[in-house]
Amino acid sequence: MKARVFVTLKNGVLDPQGKAIHHALEGLGFRGVNDVRAGKLIELDLVDGMGEAVIEDMCRKLLANTVIENFRIERLESAQA
Amino acid sequence: MKSAVIVFPGSNCDRDLAVALELVTGRKPAMVWHRETELPDGTEFVGVPGGFSYGDYLRSGAMAARSPVMHAVADAAGRGVPVIGICNGFQVLTEAGLLPGALMRNAALKFVCRDVPLRVENSQSLFTAGYNAGETISFPVAHHDGNYQADEATLDRLEGEGRVAFRYLDQCNGSARDIAGILNDGGNVLGLMPHPERVVEPAHGGTDGRRLFEGLLETVAA
Repeated sequence: MKARVFVTLKNGVLDPQGKAIHHALEGLGFRGVNDVRAGKLIELDLVDGMGEAVIEDMCRKLLANTVIENFRIERLESAQA
Repeated sequence: MKSAVIVFPGSNCDRDLAVALELVTGRKPAMVWHRETELPDGTEFVGVPGGFSYGDYLRSGAMAARSPVMHAVADAAGRGVPVIGICNGFQVLTEAGLLPGALMRNAALKFVCRDVPLRVENSQSLFTAGYNAGETISFPVAHHDGNYQADEATLDRLEGEGRVAFRYLDQCNGSARDIAGILNDGGNVLGLMPHPERVVEPAHGGTDGRRLFEGLLETVAA
């Protein structure tokens, strides 16, 4: 099975990268972009049946820094992956 | 004073720190590779140096903080052994949970590399005994991720407990409340972005950093 972990900055945490991307989009002439937040997507290839709790543990211990980041886990079963 | 300097793949200020420690203590520090699980017996001081451990992959300091040696560093810190984390070392200590908060990308997105004036906020700690409170000193900074952030409650606690050791007088990275260096609740762990080890000899252009190590040596010896 595969799982995707989305790591995003918590609300209210300044995101200088997102801000720079926003400026660059405006520089290219794109109008109507209110805000940009940049995050990370981490894909995990796991043995089948890996429990949600273990993946959450991976997120808390390494993949996300929960002082400043949130994470969301999306499981893709083998058939879809 | 028997000191140890931790070396990660990508550390690049380990030698500078070792030279500064030898100069001040008269003793070569043990260079401890990150795969080690113990510090040398009788280690009285631990330095986590600057650099780009693991190429800053995932987050600055994130990989190094999970290295085997960091369990030994955390144990030593728990026993009251003084631990300093400089620049990437500060990032490693926050990632390891030995210091609160996090170091984020500089607010202006620029790598800053220059001398910055700092104010010594607390001269009572192990690391700042060589300074007077309120004194202005100058250390160089060289970092991309030095923007210190923590929630308001944590920042208030740090301020209230006198755990802000150094503050920028010339804001260079967007840090909350201009914080340049903080202490843990026991006062024996210091993390700071500026580099005291780079200003220990007159040829460096200044010796303000030397007093940090001298103050520490005196306090530890006492």
